[in-house]
Amino acid sequence: MTDLSVEIGGVRLANPVMPASGTFSEEMEKVIDLNRLGAFVTKTITREIRAGNPLPRVAETRSGMLNSIGIPSKGVASFIKETMSRYADYRPPLVVSISAPTAEGFASLAEQLTLPGVAAIEANISCPNLEEDGKAFAMTASSTANVVQKLRAATRLPLWVKLTPNTGDVAGVARAAESMGADALVVANTILAMSIDIHTFRPRLGNVMGGLSGPAIKPIVLRQVYQCAQAVGIPIVGCGGIATAEDAVEYLLAGASAVQVGTATFVQPGAMLRIIDGIDRFCESRSLPSVRGLIGAVLNEEADVPDLAWVEPVS
Amino acid sequence: MNAICTAERLADVVRNDWLNAEYKHLVVRCSGPASSAHPGQFFQLLCPQPPGEEPYLRRPMSVYDADPAAGTVSFLYKVAGAGTRGLAGLGTGDRLDIFGPLGVGFTLDPAWKSIVVVGRGAGLATLAPLARAAQAAGIKVTAVLSARRPELLVSVDVFRGFGAEVLTVTDSEGTSGPAHVERLLRGLIAAGGCDAFLTCGSSRLMRVQQRLAREFDLPGQVAMEQQMACGLGMCFCCVLDFNRNGEIVHKRVCCDGPVFDLMEALP
Repeated sequence: MTDLSVEIGGVRLANPVMPASGTFSEEMEKVIDLNRLGAFVTKTITREIRAGNPLPRVAETRSGMLNSIGIPSKGVASFIKETMSRYADYRPPLVVSISAPTAEGFASLAEQLTLPGVAAIEANISCPNLEEDGKAFAMTASSTANVVQKLRAATRLPLWVKLTPNTGDVAGVARAAESMGADALVVANTILAMSIDIHTFRPRLGNVMGGLSGPAIKPIVLRQVYQCAQAVGIPIVGCGGIATAEDAVEYLLAGASAVQVGTATFVQPGAMLRIIDGIDRFCESRSLPSVRGLIGAVLNEEADVPDLAWVEPVS
Repeated sequence: MNAICTAERLADVVRNDWLNAEYKHLVVRCSGPASSAHPGQFFQLLCPQPPGEEPYLRRPMSVYDADPAAGTVSFLYKVAGAGTRGLAGLGTGDRLDIFGPLGVGFTLDPAWKSIVVVGRGAGLATLAPLARAAQAAGIKVTAVLSARRPELLVSVDVFRGFGAEVLTVTDSEGTSGPAHVERLLRGLIAAGGCDAFLTCGSSRLMRVQQRLAREFDLPGQVAMEQQMACGLGMCFCCVLDFNRNGEIVHKRVCCDGPVFDLMEALP
């Protein structure tokens, strides 16, 4: 029996698998045993009521999908009054994803959500569908530092900051978030992308551009998790195209301490539970007492033979 | 905690036959509550990959027939894209990953004595299971079924088999226009054969029924179609506009529907 527990920026998780924001809601209780998840991560909450983006909001691609949902939200008041209680009877910690148009808006929303029952705030400073041309706070180190500083001052809750893969300097952005007091990083959101229907000459998304997710993006985000893990000391939650336990293990080896599963749940609603079981089996097959032995264990320099012995199990 | 009532499961293909030049009829055998699906509910099918194509997301497909006694569910589909081309390649004995039943289906009010079912296109398949359910509830059915050509009319035998009266209208015969269908529906209302409208597949015919429902104060339900991703209400990909007491609201077709109040639906 492997010890699957991990600690992510002040939050202890029974296992390292949780949903990605926007791909999970309490409706999943009809499909899987929610108590088996490492954590819950809500769809992004905004202060205001938002209708979301024009249709169509989804377009399929090879090994993935584009979405431009635009964060429809019933607003923070509805979340606190109605949604939060739905999670009260479950064991996994509740991570609340938030977004706002300004740094001050982020801070005040985090302050309002610093409530009993909320285990951590995930600041979605990286949604490609809110600002024009996919601009988001996490595109640059300076705007990231600004918003994280204000968030840090606004809440005593563990602060997870979700980065964008669309920046050219993910390590610099990661360092900025860490320096301003982020407790963990979520790497990463979707990749800004586009698709056109050649029969109609129209973009396949109502919002023209959207975020690419699914197995198609895994090697890109895996690389960014690795870069961030080299750059910072705080834990990283890997998120990008994870569909199998093998994908999750790859992320852990790259330096993630936990993973988020999103698009895969749309294809296999039981994907997260299978990934948890698969990680357990993988650790057992390597005689690893704890999943934590995988975190950042990628071997990228010369090593002595004894150091490598555990990589290939003795048959 | 709610009981876990919906699951992915592997179903065995019993048969997968061409019904006409465009539609195939897929029958699968499966365990659990799948074969108890209600009319108007749907499954998310994980379609096999046809040569050279890779459908990634599941495809929502309304139930054509669910037979708990036989443990089967069937689907009627037009071969149109990568997903349905993948389905078309299935043969007897193959396995198909089906997830469901999902969504809110039709509700038959026990107070109704007779209903009018109006369908076209994919709606002909979605409405078909009402024939079995209405007969079981002792409700008389008149089905107005519309298609481009007579040979593309499906579900006629299903409705007749469960004792429904069927009126067919087609483009090629010039009988499918809204004005003609309205005359048919007014005749059924006048004859006392319409306590409610249940419809799917044509926004033109839906508007006719909305007008008549308002004029004669009749209830109605409509099954809506929309592209989906998760099928569970999590992703908000499948929202449509609805008119609720004069206010335009978004609702998710997958979990708030696919069956909605006729008067709230917008064409």
